[in-house]
Amino acid sequence: MKTTQVTKTLRTPGGLSVRLDIRSAVVVAVLLVAALATSVVLIGTGDFEIPAVDVLRTLAGHGNAGQEFIVNELRLPRALVGLLVGGALGLSGALFQAVSRNPLGSPDVLGLGQGSTAGALVMIVIFGGSATQVALGALVGGTVTGVAIYLLAWKRGVHGYRLVLVGIGVAAFVTAVNGYLLTKADFVDAARATVWMTGSLGGRGWDQVWPLLLLFAVVVPVVGACARPLRMLEMGDDAAGGLGVRVERVRMLLLVSSVGLTAAATAAAGPVAFVALTAPQIARRLTKSPGPNLLAATCMGATLLLAADLASQRAFGADQLPVGAVTGVVGGLYLLWLLVTERKAGRI
Amino acid sequence: MNRLAADDVTLGYDQRVIAEKLSVEIPDNSFTVIVGPNACGKSTLLRALSRMLKPTAGRVLLDGSVIQSMPAKKVARTLGLLPQSSIAPDGITVGDLVARGRYPHQGLLRQWSSEDERVVRESMESTGVAELADRYVDELSGGQRQRVWIAMALAQQTPLLLLDEPTTYLDIQHQIDVLDLCAELHEEQGRTLVAVLHDLNHAARYATHLIALRGGEVIAEGAPKDVVTAELVDRLFGMACQVIDDPETGTPLVVPAARRAGKRRGGAGQVTTAAS
Repeated sequence: MKTTQVTKTLRTPGGLSVRLDIRSAVVVAVLLVAALATSVVLIGTGDFEIPAVDVLRTLAGHGNAGQEFIVNELRLPRALVGLLVGGALGLSGALFQAVSRNPLGSPDVLGLGQGSTAGALVMIVIFGGSATQVALGALVGGTVTGVAIYLLAWKRGVHGYRLVLVGIGVAAFVTAVNGYLLTKADFVDAARATVWMTGSLGGRGWDQVWPLLLLFAVVVPVVGACARPLRMLEMGDDAAGGLGVRVERVRMLLLVSSVGLTAAATAAAGPVAFVALTAPQIARRLTKSPGPNLLAATCMGATLLLAADLASQRAFGADQLPVGAVTGVVGGLYLLWLLVTERKAGRI
Repeated sequence: MNRLAADDVTLGYDQRVIAEKLSVEIPDNSFTVIVGPNACGKSTLLRALSRMLKPTAGRVLLDGSVIQSMPAKKVARTLGLLPQSSIAPDGITVGDLVARGRYPHQGLLRQWSSEDERVVRESMESTGVAELADRYVDELSGGQRQRVWIAMALAQQTPLLLLDEPTTYLDIQHQIDVLDLCAELHEEQGRTLVAVLHDLNHAARYATHLIALRGGEVIAEGAPKDVVTAELVDRLFGMACQVIDDPETGTPLVVPAARRAGKRRGGAGQVTTAAS
């Protein structure tokens, strides 16, 4: 069988050379366009419909005052939060799956989402905290859970299988804690907590955009520097080590990055289900390229989340059905399919 | 002084000590083979020599420096490793996998030079997998796959190459194939090879230098013809045998003694015999 992969190499006389997988590059470009196009339609969607042309005109700074307020103050930041959260989840899913060498090794399966939820619930139920405090609680909860999983899974380095098993155990434990916290809540808090736990973009604004952008500014260079070593890690610790990869250091940097991404995304929009699990797998099937496909997974995550949000708004009306419910249904079906095929392939 | 040596190392996992105060030198330009019974520490020693395992005491020296303190990529340009089990990423082609061996020579802005391209092509040619370049690794037979992994290690262009049981899981013809290839790399390209092998006869036939380990201690080392005796086999494996000349190569050949009464022909042709 012939490979469909076409690789282009760019070389300069000075000895610099960059490699480009054409198919992956096209997939990334198409997904990026899809994500941006969905954003534009999404910005036009709501109680006050705005045609896409007017949205673009307004974004370019030529809209009327009413449109400008709705677009720039209300819906643009909401769409940006969707883009960033989706991208963060897609990227962190790709990183976790690559590090654990397991398509099930995604942050929502490993209990990071549940950890963030625990942090948020503590803030809502026990302290009656503000939105910012809830977000902070989620950030802390996710990070603590990530550290706990790493330490529990540590035995002469962290290995894929143990990471997944420990993660699933931690997820079960934290879910029980969350259930307990909910039973302690009064009616109003419980309703608030439930909405938060579904994952939603409703009411998100610039306050959520800036921290996410800041995080991306820090994490993206780190991940970029580790992307090539991560490819080597796919072949096993010894093979990668033999090629000169500092295995534990790379793995820890990447785990810290993806825990940070998941925690921040969850803090901003709640635990949006299954985007981290599905985006990298779909991206991989599109690029048909081995390797973690980090960029494609990031764009796929953003596209998925925005498309799910658009679908929910169009079908059920503005802010009636939280986006997490849509991704949950779609992702749940995908998880079933994945379990069946993995079982057939004898991997689980 | 030789380029690679373990100096007084204590090796182990967690609390379990596998070797204590072990010193080994790998003669430059040799094809060194480490042999010994299961759990004698041969793979552990190889892992220590390839810096995959940090000694709890003592040090492994590469070109006179402690190997752990050297930059990882620099070590990887001097010393290559073929681990016992590696994972071929899903959907990767032979050419792409071999190309990954160039990693220690590359950087963010130097991802794929014409030198890389040439070395990868040559590595595939010298291991006989050039015509498989566009095939997927998962489609290959075990023997072909092992050649691909060796090609990847070759693409690393290291003067030293460590192989951990490169013939395990292979049929006999592929075992010989891989060992012939190793001998070729040693003789024609002048690389120093260190391999862990299970089969004492393979070791005796191909090695220029043999290290016999038992219980984490070096029992004997030297050229196979000087080292491989019935007495050594008895000490290593606790097994009675004859050692005769290999009719093909003249190297020592271990023939286990027949234990069941009536199966033994008795009499003719023994060179050395040891009673257990």
